Amino acid sequence: MRLRHIRTIAAACGTLLAVLASAAPAFALNVFACEPEWGALARELGGSDVSVFVATTGRQDPHQIQARPALIAELRRADLVVCAGAELEIGWMPVLLRQASNARVQPGSPGYFEATAQVQLLEKPARLDRAQGDIHAAGNPHIQTDPRMMRIVAARLAARMAEIDPAHAAGFGQRMRSFDDRLAQAMQRWQATAAPLRGAKVVTYHKGWIYLLNWLGMEEVGTIEPKPGVPPGSAYLAQLLDQIPKRGARMIIYAAYQDPKPASFVAEKAGIPAVMLPFTVGGTDQSGDLLGFYEDTVRRLLAGLGPAR
Amino acid sequence: MYPYQMGRAVVAVASSTPWRPVLARGLILGLPFAGLMLGPLPARAQEDLQSIRREMRREMEEMQRQHEADMKKLQQQYDERLKRMEERLDAAQRATAAAQAKADQAQKTAQAKAPAPQAQTPAAQPPTRTVATQTPPSSPAPQAAPETPPPTEAPAGSTTASASAFNPAIGVVLDGKFMGARRNPNSYSMPGFALGDEAKPPPRGLSVGESEINLQANIDQVLFGNLTVSLDHDNEVSVEEAFIQSTALPWGFTVRAGRFFSGIGYLNEQHAHTWDFADAPLVYRAFLNNQYGDDGVQLRWLAPTSFFLEFGSEVFRGASFPAGGTDGHHWGVATWSAFVHAGDDINESASYRVGLSYLQTKATKRETDGLNGTDVFSGTTRTLGVDGIFKWAPDGNFADRYLKLQAEAFLQRTSGTFNDMSLPHNTAWGFYAQAVYQFMPQWRFGVRYDQVRACSLGNEFDGTTLDNRGRTLRRGSAMVDYSTSEFGRFRVQYNYDRSRPQPDQQLLFQYTVSFGSHGAHQY
Repeated sequence: MRLRHIRTIAAACGTLLAVLASAAPAFALNVFACEPEWGALARELGGSDVSVFVATTGRQDPHQIQARPALIAELRRADLVVCAGAELEIGWMPVLLRQASNARVQPGSPGYFEATAQVQLLEKPARLDRAQGDIHAAGNPHIQTDPRMMRIVAARLAARMAEIDPAHAAGFGQRMRSFDDRLAQAMQRWQATAAPLRGAKVVTYHKGWIYLLNWLGMEEVGTIEPKPGVPPGSAYLAQLLDQIPKRGARMIIYAAYQDPKPASFVAEKAGIPAVMLPFTVGGTDQSGDLLGFYEDTVRRLLAGLGPAR
Repeated sequence: MYPYQMGRAVVAVASSTPWRPVLARGLILGLPFAGLMLGPLPARAQEDLQSIRREMRREMEEMQRQHEADMKKLQQQYDERLKRMEERLDAAQRATAAAQAKADQAQKTAQAKAPAPQAQTPAAQPPTRTVATQTPPSSPAPQAAPETPPPTEAPAGSTTASASAFNPAIGVVLDGKFMGARRNPNSYSMPGFALGDEAKPPPRGLSVGESEINLQANIDQVLFGNLTVSLDHDNEVSVEEAFIQSTALPWGFTVRAGRFFSGIGYLNEQHAHTWDFADAPLVYRAFLNNQYGDDGVQLRWLAPTSFFLEFGSEVFRGASFPAGGTDGHHWGVATWSAFVHAGDDINESASYRVGLSYLQTKATKRETDGLNGTDVFSGTTRTLGVDGIFKWAPDGNFADRYLKLQAEAFLQRTSGTFNDMSLPHNTAWGFYAQAVYQFMPQWRFGVRYDQVRACSLGNEFDGTTLDNRGRTLRRGSAMVDYSTSEFGRFRVQYNYDRSRPQPDQQLLFQYTVSFGSHGAHQY
């Protein structure tokens, strides 16, 4: 009887030690990024001082992610969670955060960073009603398509990383400035090459492009989804097809993760091109990092516009 | 760290008068317009601003280096410098504002009013980074482009505050069914099994299922609370779940206390409205009265492994089937359980979770409705289960198509006394396997197969509830469901049910909707 007790206690102590050892500070800051763009940004800022796990890919609809067991395991050891926020991840992150039992990354703690909380969001709905589709109370969360937003978030994220890991603060600051300079230079270039896009009218698949259109001075004159997250019916599509020439839409844009069929269908009927855009890092083969993502987006839009008339 | 804190500090100063951030925003929005309209004067002012910002950036770098040597010293210098820089920035902004005010007088635009009182305000702009300067004034003004403002930073730590903001998240689930069945569900029985009160098909005809009201919120910095009240079609209100849970325990531990569904199995922990079929698998119906939920305490530990590995254990009061009649028990703890779950991604498209569970319940004069009136059971029931779930979607994108395979198997070993007869150790077993495929957005199709068998007992049990009549009980189900959105689902399900003494066929129509706050879905 006694021996059994001692064995039990020894086993418990062993387990506890193993746990303590594993909880010892690692060399690199563990970053859990909800979407690829924030993972890419964390890599830009963190370099070799961070270890980044990205929960989703550019070919997945960020609204419909499963709370996979692997994500719980990754959240368990994360030091910093970087998500879009504004309820984009509301269908899966809350349950993961609760199951991961990691106090460092719960909302409200320094280890929980929401990109959309760092900027002023557009399209904040005046009327909160699910009859309006899948709307987000805080505003449109798809800010990553505007590099100006990315610059703001980069500065704030670098500051947050420095707060959590002061030993590497100088590195985070340095890499942030380097990234910012590269992005600013590239933006000047894009501003010139994307000049023909100014004023161009487009039809989008999902209301996920407002920030991109805002940056490039383009205009959305219709959406294939009648309401955010609601697939189109045939009556609605007929109405949309009727409107496209009247409103002067030049192309239809949709994200890499979306089914190309509805966009292609409408584009073919309307006689305008359907342009697939990466939407995030990794959405296309050419968008391997953030600069490549913007570069590829601008390039695809220009190709969709065709030669100047 | 430094730009962040600095931003916060400045905003803290500025927000002592609430209208200042608004003015700052007005200034940020106004700058490019001023640049376009006036030319030399504000352009110069903007250059000043930019040079000051560049200088600030250099200052910050220097400060960062010093910080590593002496934090306190830095803080003082930091504040002083910040103050100086703010003054200079302020001066430059005043110049700009003045210039713009002139421009505004000439061009009576909507932006005219915002910067005017700016002269009296200290810098309310966060000095980390403003975007106004990033839009080159030389860029051609778009003719047809919409007039949308350039992006701006949100004030650090901004949140909305109101008394109602502390209200818990409230979600409501409504469930309605229509069932057509050859045989009356009220006379339902499964040969060989003493069944709990919930273990039967839904009532015939139109009926509302369980309507649920769920409230949940963080209680404080270390506690989370959840209440689910359920109203069934007999107008009975019951507390389905009412628990508190830790949120900040170290080393991956989580403690839960109150009333909740046990973590055993896969379906057991999930609310019935999230199930892929309108009714519980036969093995859940026979062994667990559809679901085991009770009053108790749960401890979970999430192992620090690269894949998902979780251990859990629970003790319960033992008031729910297959337990019952707890008051006769010395410590009032008649049920305990243990489970382990493991899971991971197989690749980008596929993931899985497997589990092993054990549930031990003690019944003391538990009463159930049987073939010959009320049956009374005292004894121990040990339930051992394995479960597995596999999910696949092309590229891991669950929006269009996905496949979900799921199976669970249980052994249940019972011993004690049944209606004053001694019940020897006997083992029943059962399993179900199901597949659900979303073949296009909003549309899913699923099939399920069920099987359970009770142990053959001696002659003295012939004709009693526990007489299995030498039968293995089977059921096959198929369903199609259509989701109007993430929040609404319509389902039609057909069962060929051989779990009763005579075969039965059931056709079910079901709707399940949820409204209120957006609930997150478990794997």
